[in-house]
This record gives sequence, C-alpha cells and structure tokens, in this order.
Amino acid sequence: MNLTLKIWRQTGPDDTGGLVTYRMSDISPDMSFLEMLDVLNEKLNANGEEPIAFDSDCREGICGMCGLMISGHAHGPERTTTCQLHMRSFKNGDTITVEPWRAEAFPIVRDLVVDRGGLDRIIQAGGYISANTGSAPDAHATPVPKDNADRAFMAAECIGCGACVAACPNASGMLFLGAKITHLGELPQGQPERDARVVSMVGQHDHEGFGGCTNVGACSQACPKGIPQDVISQLNKDLRTALKHGR
Amino acid sequence: MTENSSGLVHGLYRDGAPIADHKAPAGPIEQKWTRRKFEAALVNPANRRKMSVIIVGTGLAGGAAAATLGEAGYHVKSFCFQDSPRRAHSIAAQGGINAAKNYKEDGDSVQRLFYDTVKGGDYRSRETNVYRLAEVSANIIDQCVAQGVPFAREYGGLLDNRSFGGVQVSRTFYARGQTGQQLLIGAYQALERQVAAGTVEQFTRHEMLEVIVDGEGSERRARGIIARDLVTGEIETHLADAVVLASGGYGNVFFLSTNAMGSNVTATWRAHRKGAHFANPCYTQIHPTCIPVAGEHQSKLTLMSESLRNDGRIWVPKKREDCDKDPRDIAEDDRDYYLERIYPSFGNLVPRDIASRQAKNVCDEGRGVGPVVGDFRRGVYLDFADAIARLGEDAVRNKYGNLFDMYARITGEDPYTTPMRIYPAVHYTMGGLWVDYDLQSTIPGLFVTGEANFSDHGANRLGASALMQGLADGYFVLPNTIRDYLATSPATPLTEDSPAVVGARREVEERTERLLAINGERSVDSFHRELGNIMWEYCGMERSEEGLLKAIDLIRGLRAEFWRNVRVLGAADTLNQSLEKAGRVADFLELGELMCIDALHRRESCGGHFRAESQTEDGEALRHDDEFAYVAAWEFTPPHDTDGETTFGAGMGAPVLHKEDLTYEFIELKQRSYK
Ligand SMILES: Cc1cc2nc3c(=O)[nH]c(=O)nc-3n(C[C@H](O)[C@H](O)[C@H](O)COP(=O)(O)OP(=O)(O)OC[C@H]3O[C@@H](n4cnc5c(N)ncnc54)[C@H](O)[C@@H]3O)c2cc1C
Ligand code: FES
Repeated sequence: MNLTLKIWRQTGPDDTGGLVTYRMSDISPDMSFLEMLDVLNEKLNANGEEPIAFDSDCREGICGMCGLMISGHAHGPERTTTCQLHMRSFKNGDTITVEPWRAEAFPIVRDLVVDRGGLDRIIQAGGYISANTGSAPDAHATPVPKDNADRAFMAAECIGCGACVAACPNASGMLFLGAKITHLGELPQGQPERDARVVSMVGQHDHEGFGGCTNVGACSQACPKGIPQDVISQLNKDLRTALKHGR
Repeated sequence: MTENSSGLVHGLYRDGAPIADHKAPAGPIEQKWTRRKFEAALVNPANRRKMSVIIVGTGLAGGAAAATLGEAGYHVKSFCFQDSPRRAHSIAAQGGINAAKNYKEDGDSVQRLFYDTVKGGDYRSRETNVYRLAEVSANIIDQCVAQGVPFAREYGGLLDNRSFGGVQVSRTFYARGQTGQQLLIGAYQALERQVAAGTVEQFTRHEMLEVIVDGEGSERRARGIIARDLVTGEIETHLADAVVLASGGYGNVFFLSTNAMGSNVTATWRAHRKGAHFANPCYTQIHPTCIPVAGEHQSKLTLMSESLRNDGRIWVPKKREDCDKDPRDIAEDDRDYYLERIYPSFGNLVPRDIASRQAKNVCDEGRGVGPVVGDFRRGVYLDFADAIARLGEDAVRNKYGNLFDMYARITGEDPYTTPMRIYPAVHYTMGGLWVDYDLQSTIPGLFVTGEANFSDHGANRLGASALMQGLADGYFVLPNTIRDYLATSPATPLTEDSPAVVGARREVEERTERLLAINGERSVDSFHRELGNIMWEYCGMERSEEGLLKAIDLIRGLRAEFWRNVRVLGAADTLNQSLEKAGRVADFLELGELMCIDALHRRESCGGHFRAESQTEDGEALRHDDEFAYVAAWEFTPPHDTDGETTFGAGMGAPVLHKEDLTYEFIELKQRSYK
C-alpha cells in the first residue's frame, strides 16, 4: 500500500521542530509499524538524509521502550504497543501523523525520542518492598489468596511506556502510579510500607510536573496492557487512608 | 586437524596452554559453595562505602547484583543502554524460572535439578557451577516473593508450578507468560530503592565501549570503563575497584533472533579484545517455538513460550501434497506428530535443540507448512485443538492468553480456531566470557554474570534456567565472590590521566570518528542482515567443515567491506542511533568469525552444536567425549599489521585455544536419550 507520513523532526531539546512529509509506497500489510519506519530510515540513509530517531527494543510489546503518537492516538489505532501495531491496521492512501509523547514531564530528546526518567524517579520514591537479599522467609510461609495475587499481577503488567501520560489531557501519570500502588498493596509483603509509599510516590509524581487526574479515562483506553482505571481509585483510597493515619 | 608451518591449526588458530579453574574448593560437591563463602574474605561495612563497583547491565544478572551490592553498602555505578533499567532484555522472558523447591512432592531435589541441567547441557558444563546453581535456586523464589513478585498461585494461596522441556518434574515457577517481566520489575524496584538510598548511581542511555585494564602480567586489573552518553554523545571515563559485565547474550549476531533489537556483544567483545577469554562461542540455542519469518523486512523474530509445548501438540502433514491445505481439513491419520512418534517418553517436551532440529528435518523433507520462504516452507503446526477439547477454551486462555493474543496480532490468524505455525529461531547463547567458579574472567577484577558468561548451561540450556542463572549470579553468587576480590586485591590509585585510561579513551574516540568518516554506500543494517544470513546458513542448526570454512571467508570479506563502505550519517555529539548500531555490528563481524572457528574446531555434535559429520545412524547428535570433553576458551590476538596501516578492517589475528578439561566426578557421562 501507499502512504503519506507526517513525522515530527527535531534535532534536539532546543530546536523548535516540525512535521516533515514523507511518501511511502509498496508497504506490506504484514509489516509492523516500526518495520515500516525502518524501511523509511534505510531510504533516508541512502539519500544522505539522517534517519529518524525513535525508541524500540524488544519489539514484542513488553519492554515499554517504544511509544509514538500516531495520528493523535498513543500507540496508534489499536490497543497495543507501537511495536506490535501492524500495517494491516491502515488503508492504502492513508495519511499518518507521527509525533513523540507530549508532556511537560517528558522532554523531547530528538525526533520521536523523549526522556521518561520521571517514571523511574516515581518508583525511587517508594515503588518497592524493602526486602534485602538473603533475608527472605520461605516462599510458602505466607500464602496469598489467589484473587489478591491475580489483581496484583494485573496491575504489575504495566510496562512503563508512558502512553497513559501521553493520552491524558492533563498529562497525568496517575494510571502508572496507581498500578504500582495496587500491585504492591494487594500483597501481604507490601503492607508495612503501604502508607508511606503512597504519600511519597504521589509527592514525587506532582514534583515531576505530571498533571492531576480528572477522571477522563483516556489513560486506560490507551494502555496497551489494559490496566483499568480503578487502580486510580485504589490510589486515592490508599492516599486517604494514609493521611488519616497521620502520614 | 593439521598444523602448518606457521603453527596454525587449519590455518586458523593456535593451540595454547590448558587452563583450570582452581577456585572451587575440594571436598564433597554439596559442601563446596558453603566452604567457598566461608573462605571468601570479608569487607568491613565501614570500608564498603569506599569501594566502588561498576556493573554494566540491568537485566536480571546486573540488576540483582547492583541492588544486592548497594544494600551491602558498596558504591555501585549501574549502566544500561535503554532509557530505564527496567527495559533490559530479561523483561521479555515468558515461560518461567526453575527452582528445586519440590513443592509438588514429585521427586524433585537439588541433586535432580543438578543432574537435569548437566544432562540437558549435553555434558559440556562444569559440575561445580551447576551444582551451586541448583543449590541456590530455592532462595531465588523466596527472595522474589518477598519483593512482591506476583507469581501464579493456586486457590489455596500457594505457588503454582508447570513443567518445561527436557525434564519430568514440575519445578517451573511462572507469572502467566510474563515471568521475566515480573522478575525484572522485582530486581528493578530493589535497584531503584538503592538509587534512592544513594548507594547506586544509575546511568541510563549509556553504552560501555571499552574496559580499562591497568597493569601488566599478573598485576593486570580491570579498573573501569569508557562509556558513551547516548544522548549527548559525550565519551565518559568511569573508574572503579572492580567491573562486572552483565550485558546479556550475543544472539543478534544472526540479525534475526528473539533478542531485543539492542542486544549486542560489544561489552564482552571489547573485554575479550583486552584479554578476557571467550568460551564456547559456537554454542547457540535455536528455540523451537517461534513465529516463522513472514517477509524480507522482518526486523526480529518472536518467541512463543516453550510452555506451550505442555498442552500444544506439534505435527506436520504426513504427505507433502497436504502442506498447503487448511490444517483443519487434514485427517488425524494423515498427520505426523513427529516428536511423539520419535521420542515416546518425552514427546513434545524434548529439549530445545532436539525439537528444533527435528522441525528442520521435517521441513527439509518438504513437509513444512505456511508460506514458502526462500525455497521451501519453514513452519510446523503447534495445535491446541486437543487441549481446548480437554480443558475448555477458558482454561487455555487463562494459561496462555497473552501469547495467543500476541500470535494473533503478529500473524493475523486466530490460534484458538486454527493451529499456530512455528519454526526455530536463534534465542540464546550458551557461550560467553570464560569465568572461574567465582565468576571472574581471565582479567582480574572483571566479573561476568548472566547470559554474558559461559558458565552453567554447557552446550544447551534447559528452558527456565536462564532466569534462574541470572538471578543466582546476581543475588547470591557474585556478591559473595566479589567481596573476596575486593578485600584481597587492594587497587593502586588510578587517575584519568593514567596511560591505561588515556589509551582506552583514545581507542573509543578514534573508532567513533572512523565510523563517521567512512561515508560509504551501504547502511549498517544491510551489513548486519548479510552477516546474519551467513551465520544462519553455515553456523546455524547444522554445521559442516565445508560450510564453516566458506563462512569464515565470507565474513572476512564482509568485515573488510564494512570498514570501507559503511554509511553512518549524523554527528558524534548527539543522539545517533546509526552510530550506535554501527559499533555493535562492527563487533558482531569479529565475533562471527570466532564462532565459526570454534564450530569448526569442535568436530563433534553436542547440544545446540550439530556437526553434520558427527551423528548417529538415526540422526541424533554424536559426542566425542574422549576428544572434546572440554571448554574451549579463546584468547584474542591482535592482527598482524606490519605496514602500520590502521587495523580496523583486519579486526583480529589467529586466536589461541586454551582448553579447560571437564571432569565428571558426580555425574556419569552418557549419551543423552529422550526416547
Ligand atoms: C523472548 C525470550 C524469552 C525468554 N524466556 C525465558 C524463560 O522463560 N525462562 C528463562 O529462564 N529464560 C528465558 N529467556 C532467556 C533469558 O531471558 C535471558 O537469558 C536472560 O534474561 C538474560 O539476562 P541478563 O541479565 O544476563 O541480560 P539482559 O537481560 O540481556 O540484560 C543486558 C543488560 O546489559 C545492558 N548492556 C548490554 N550491552 C551494554 C553496553 N555495551 N553498555 C551498557 N549496557 C549494556 C543492557 O542495557 C541490559 O541492561 C528468554 C529469552 C528471550 C529472548
Ligand atoms: S519495543 Fe518493547 S514494548 Fe515496544
């Protein structure tokens, strides 16, 4: 199929950047979206133009490295990661706009690459269970009811790609944050630090410049792992409880 | 093989002195690790703060080690090339992690896991290391549960297990099809906790391009690395008291593999060039259950977890005429469930090397299915119809839902109603830098963990054992052995203007400049693809003397062309992904040659290394224990360069082979049988 691509090019953080139009022909529907960009980059390189910078690593939808705004949708028209999006989701003759994640907390590095270090710093603020190596009791010492284990797992599926932030009109990171709060809060091992965790992580989230949640729900819609919005309710509940406990 | 007048065997390599691993203490195998830990010197907690360790890699092996050493109070610098440590390639592991917990009471034990791993590795691994791996496996599960890793559980709240290829017990712990993700998130969170505590400094989007080795002879010490900040392009020097490489495997030398796009050999290859021996480079694992290649623009291959073989049945049509039929229209009697037929006792659960080779065999016979790629159909069916009839679609969805979804997304076919198509793909590399029992390479102070070392899997790795090894190395082994080195090998002061540092920096800068200056005609990817084709064709599932000799010639030619004709645009002082790739491919072009030399010299078949010249009557791998029961550890020699020309293109001189004999004291050597 033949396509028109409008791709964001920006040489660095200080450049203003802009959309550049590229035409592609003979694209196979079985190609992934990123393979289509690979083909474009090979063409650019052959013509002496610098290839477009974009992030990807696993190309299996699990590492969270890839992430593009595709015609206004985080990761494109399907509910999946950019690397798992295939060209069969598009039609011959389509015009596709490709932009980086846009959020104050995700400064642009180059072209389609952004800095998502803020997400790591939110985890540093308490997204863990303090269990030094070697100090663990036998794994069967504390049974975990299957329902809790399953909900913890569902929340822990978050790949940290940042699509929730990119999709949110407020550029809020609450779905990412709520997922971690829910993952650790569902497990008996996560209880001792539960109050302190939520207070500290919410503080870091706001400090990074992520916006507040106004219940739009675009985050969950865009999440390639389908993390439900109720993790944000869980976050709010945990925060209220922690504040009640005088944290 | 013959030695010619210049002392070269087969015109390719030299024989060197044997090497031995003296670090494992004497005595019964069950007591060795306890003794080693006891004998390893201690570092006083107050002194740990003053000692620094660089860890390259934040996968399971590097992330776990960085967190643990940080907790102990050392000053750790942690490096990865992705934008977050959580994205290391370990994240992609699907199926599970082994541990000898015997929670199922099905006769599992440390002894059995040890035995299975040595046998699975086709008797080409070191007994002492494997025993230790089995021994610490149980602690890993405890540690992960304490960190909040949400493993699959049964209704009673206890942990669930599944079984994996090559074994007859259920010892694999899992988190749906995302076990690697969950384990890595556990390690990552422990690591971030240490970053917050100030013990670990985190360097993301940084690529190590050289190791700094100070001193001569027995005084040699690894003392730091040269890294490139991938965002600013700045070349940085990082010094430390010890360096750990946990940089993963080199499967991407084949271009198409199940590895992440960025996985590379640069960290270990640079260390190899500086004196670290590279062991068994030809031992590669080709995984039997991957989604077949669809077209020429393919950038990577996707694994379908081996756990699928628990419930899926593998078959091809008995008759070639049926190969392009709808599989659902092929009668039961016209199907060949070839693994169940050839290996009645293990059936679909034979080890990976065997399952892969049999898939190749049936496809070579013209009984493959799916699209014709090259000149024949490269695919076999993995069929869940029986499992769905037996367990119900919901139960199958529950176990494998995410894998089925991924398959559907990639192929556009629905595996609930039509059998999956699978084909083998490069997946894991058993070879890696040679290490002793302490995981220390032949460069003192340079330790290697996880897939980057060669240590535990011999010629073939069993499923769910890489995650186990990565975490065993990272959480439990390295932190105990490195302290002995740190306590007993006081480092002399080293500054950024020391010759070793200046030299290493200059090498990196010159290489970068050179890559950007060539400005030839061909893209980096085109070289990588061509190298991958050579490797797959001649150093893949089946290898022969003739093919390997041809491959070596082709690779040398390609490497020379690369340094003459590659086109890398852009600048050095900015994010430049072509430049990153170019450096990695340059190293793959050297590694590929060593892999072929190693494969050529090993005139036996073992595990993932199948030499056409060495097979039994019914086509099974035939080992030659009398001649080849050793680890092949290769020493790098610089190219001969008499006229002072730059040596970039020449790459390497004839490597020197050092043999470490493998002695089996506790397990009897046998030809493997899964029949
Ligand atoms: C698709 C897939 C599924 C798998 N499933 C399983 C499974 O179910 N069970 C199992 O046991 N095993 C499985 N494996 C194998 C297993 O995942 C890997 O062997 C293991 O995770 C490797 O871990 P590691 O820590 O050694 O390296 P990796 O996780 O590969 O980490 C390498 C790290 O090194 C860094 N790095 C590399 N080079 C440099 C450099 N030059 N400079 C700076 N940083 C660098 C990277 O950034 C990264 O952080 C699977 C593998 C694949 C590909
Ligand atoms: S590249 Fe890993 S999720 Fe897309």
